[in-house]
Amino acid sequence: MAQLQSRVARLVVPVSERDHTYGPADAPVTLVEYGDYQCPYCGQAYGILKTIQSRFGRRLRFAYRHFPLAEIHPLAVGAAEAAEAAAAQGRFWEMHDLLYENQPVLGESDLMRYAHQLELDVARFVNELARHTYEGRVREDFMSGVRSGVNGTPTFFINGIRHDGPWDVDTLTEALMVAAQLHA
Amino acid sequence: MTTMHEGSAREAHRGILQAGTAGPAFTLNTTPDQTVSLEDFRGQNVILAFYPADWSPVCGDQVVLYNELLREFRRLNGALLGISVDGVWCHSAFAAARHLHFPLLADFEPKGAVAKLYGAYRTKDGVAERALFVLDGEGVIRWSYLSPIGVNPGADGILEALETITKTPRAA
Repeated sequence: MAQLQSRVARLVVPVSERDHTYGPADAPVTLVEYGDYQCPYCGQAYGILKTIQSRFGRRLRFAYRHFPLAEIHPLAVGAAEAAEAAAAQGRFWEMHDLLYENQPVLGESDLMRYAHQLELDVARFVNELARHTYEGRVREDFMSGVRSGVNGTPTFFINGIRHDGPWDVDTLTEALMVAAQLHA
Repeated sequence: MTTMHEGSAREAHRGILQAGTAGPAFTLNTTPDQTVSLEDFRGQNVILAFYPADWSPVCGDQVVLYNELLREFRRLNGALLGISVDGVWCHSAFAAARHLHFPLLADFEPKGAVAKLYGAYRTKDGVAERALFVLDGEGVIRWSYLSPIGVNPGADGILEALETITKTPRAA
């Protein structure tokens, strides 16, 4: 078989304070997802990740970064900015969950409804969305993904190395276990 | 002149043209009545993205990703051209469905002729390889990459190649 060029894709921007993380910073495994709130595969991954998170508990740190493919998912950027606006009020994960649980309804009025539901300062939330306060931040995530070899959504990195191949519960669990053992 | 080393590297990569080679000239249709020629882009860096087919899922992701990066490519004086053996009508439907803002070229008749020039044709399957070439403003290939056909190669290599060109223009 002919030899092909292959490169190991690595996360070029390590997980830091700037990221939205869930789980302890000293967890043996860090899983990073680049996702798009309007992408149906990411919607599928959302449920899988919930299972994974409950399986691993405090042995796992999960970080989420935005990778909205705006031309095919016109509501994805707005949703990502909404997650950031919620993050500014300390409620990133709650908004993240609402967005994935209500994937087909991500219009402006829906986002506002979610802000109400989370009892955010809605005036501030709406203002920040209107001014695209977090547009730069979302693009930063996107570009860090591009530089790390993200080639579609969702893309996962386990302890900084891109996870290629399937991401069903069993495959992902095994990959995370291997990474945890290597780390130990 | 191709050195021995370059020659063997070329073989290892199933023959796609390597850095240092002048990009073979071509003119292809992008719509039924519009053509695009490589020489139209002199003075500009060109990204040639050969891919097997419109509509196949991986290509979908690949072109969709590149479509989101046109601003970055432009900032690095790069113009993106997608090339497959699909015809112009197929390309226009695909481009409309994915909201693509860059030209797709039809390497349709004679089939795959341009892909062959770049060493990026899969005779067995009758389609172009998933291969990337970044050419400088003089039309010289500065970087090339052959991806496994089912793997979206992403865009990090393209951006790095464009940046290298910007930082280190080729020695005359």
